[in-house]
Amino acid sequence: MQFFIEVLVGGLLSGVMYALVALGFVLIYKASGVFNFAQGAMVFFAALTFVGFQEVLPGWLGLEADSGVVFWLAFLLAFIAMIVLGIATERIVLRPLVNQPHITLFMATIGLTYVVEGIAQMTWGANVRGLDLGIVDEPIAWLMDNYEIGVSKFDLFAAGVAASLVALLALLFQYTKVGRALRAVADDHQAALSIGIPLQTIWRVVWAVAGFVALVAGMIWGARNGVQFALTFTALKALPVLILGGFTSVPGAIVGGLIIGASEKLAEVYVGPFVGGGIEGWFPYMLALAFLLFRPEGLFGEKHIDRV
Amino acid sequence: MKLKKTVLLGAIIAGLLGSSLASANEEQFIGLPSYRVGPYAAGGSGLFGGWIDYMQLVNERDGGVNGVKLSWEECETEYNNARGVECYERLKKKGSTGNSVFQPVSTGITYSVLEKVAQDKIPMVTIGYGRTDAADGRVFPWVFPMITTYWSQASAIVNYMGQKEGGMDKLKGKKIGLLYHDSAYGKESHAIMDKLAAKHGFEVIKIAVAHPGNEQQSQWLQIRQAKPDYVVLWGWGVMNPTAIKAAAKTGFPREKLIGVWWSGAEEDTIPAGPAAKGFVAAGFNVAGANYPVIADIKKHVYGKNKGNMEDKTRVGSVYYNRGVVHGIITVEAIRKAQEKYGKGKALTGEQVRWGFENLNLDDARLKALGATGFLPPLKITCADHEGPGKVKFQQWDGNQWKVITDWVDSDRPLVRGMIEESAAAYAKEKGIKPRDCSKES
Repeated sequence: MQFFIEVLVGGLLSGVMYALVALGFVLIYKASGVFNFAQGAMVFFAALTFVGFQEVLPGWLGLEADSGVVFWLAFLLAFIAMIVLGIATERIVLRPLVNQPHITLFMATIGLTYVVEGIAQMTWGANVRGLDLGIVDEPIAWLMDNYEIGVSKFDLFAAGVAASLVALLALLFQYTKVGRALRAVADDHQAALSIGIPLQTIWRVVWAVAGFVALVAGMIWGARNGVQFALTFTALKALPVLILGGFTSVPGAIVGGLIIGASEKLAEVYVGPFVGGGIEGWFPYMLALAFLLFRPEGLFGEKHIDRV
Repeated sequence: MKLKKTVLLGAIIAGLLGSSLASANEEQFIGLPSYRVGPYAAGGSGLFGGWIDYMQLVNERDGGVNGVKLSWEECETEYNNARGVECYERLKKKGSTGNSVFQPVSTGITYSVLEKVAQDKIPMVTIGYGRTDAADGRVFPWVFPMITTYWSQASAIVNYMGQKEGGMDKLKGKKIGLLYHDSAYGKESHAIMDKLAAKHGFEVIKIAVAHPGNEQQSQWLQIRQAKPDYVVLWGWGVMNPTAIKAAAKTGFPREKLIGVWWSGAEEDTIPAGPAAKGFVAAGFNVAGANYPVIADIKKHVYGKNKGNMEDKTRVGSVYYNRGVVHGIITVEAIRKAQEKYGKGKALTGEQVRWGFENLNLDDARLKALGATGFLPPLKITCADHEGPGKVKFQQWDGNQWKVITDWVDSDRPLVRGMIEESAAAYAKEKGIKPRDCSKES
């Protein structure tokens, strides 16, 4: 039983990590109806820019490499880089494609993926870097000693960050002017434009917020596995989460993440050995596909109704 | 008549001058299917940087191989099979004599061009990867999986465990976890580990990790439950630091986590941070800049600002040194082939193949190259395209790799038996008549 609980809790916490990446997709999809294929590349770009600045800032400013000033300055500069990337994407990629079919915008984001990956590696190099956030990835001793259940401190920290991020985004959407405008754009582009909501500004805001989410996700995943190209693969983990939770729901991303995380770990441990193992890669997709049969819009997605 | 004679004499002199000039300008072309962008760029940039630096060293310090300058061109594969084949085709006719050797640095690309190299008469060298049974040169005359193969490596790792336990007989009843990348590369370990388990009486617990391997919680929970004595990490890319961190998280001692050579580079340990301290990995080359060959590269190549590495601190890293090993083997095969086909001449791929097949890097030669202990002594024959099958073990001390063993042997009779069996099955399937090596010169 302890083992089952450990697998379940570990899975739920992993799910939160997937949800962190999925949030970026949801934000952009909500505001522009675009499935941003480049979200994984943005996570990589953000994390690499952060560690890149962490490397160069001590030399530029004559500070200690592990000082708090360097950390927060690097975070700020990386966030600014994400805002610039968001604005550039809106200007160069999205604006010329206004009123084009969604599939065109989607294809444009595929191209954007390669550009973002290329710029990141051209600017900061292809070296693999470590990233230390000061949170050790080891089990909580009390749980281990008393119940023999290993729950990682780092995973709990990541869950806390994700929860804070969701709360922050919920506040932004519900209680700010920008948030209301975002919701209006998400509901109907043309209606939003007709009442004077500047679509392009909203898009820039959304891409900047998605950039912020990518930065946080990149730092957490980077601290866990290193800052390297493989961060782009985190998007693969977010896709089934989106299908399950719905492309337009922030809480959906979290709930979807929890379900996917828990089910894939349980499946790997309890079903995997009977089918040769390594099922974690495809199991979430199979689950998401099965889910699509019953609820195509996902758990929390908006139901799409067409007039005939 | 006088004019005719003068013209004739002039023509002869011009011809002689021309031919000697042509000889002075002889170049041996080597096509490099590199990967400097994409998911594995970090390893690729180090490996190809070291390889190019070594060839540059030979040009700068020695004026080439017996006066024949080495030339090369990179073709970006992004570690993608289709691009690899495209690069093979693009590079094969380059240079005055075509591509001398194709070294894909990818098992996938190796399989994709396996039959093409024989048709085009270009030797394919796969150092530490590729198709293991190609070590049987009677069936695969054009392929050279040199120094050591995956099967030899697995066997050497088990021998290392035996050493640590105080004898191979002490492995009886032990449990060895095999955490492998769920791909053809990862599964390459299964057959040999099963054979070794049967021979030495240990149990192998195989645990697959789905690509890319950036999540391994469930695998490490299974490992914790099974309580193995050792875990072999047969990983690639992000799977490696993830495994090392997960090992630390579950309290598995890093000294008992033994990586293969694609798991044992700085790119695998640095991202894992302090968790990697104590981690051990096999390698057919070692890390470190304290070798005369590396000192020469620093002096003759970086001293003239002709180095390939943007980040010079990586000179001497595992991947960089592996690239230097590729360079040494390529250059020495060309040198050997020139002994037969003419010194100072650019050679065809077919001629260079002979050089690979008769390569003998003994202790004396390695010393002359400034590479004693850098790679194992190597002797290739018509039948044996692998060579020594030895590895050294290195341990990460938190900052760098430290060599902790001498060259550790594999179980040669067992491995060679498996190679011959598998190669014979391939030959039967493809209708290939194995060469009679007693008739080869």
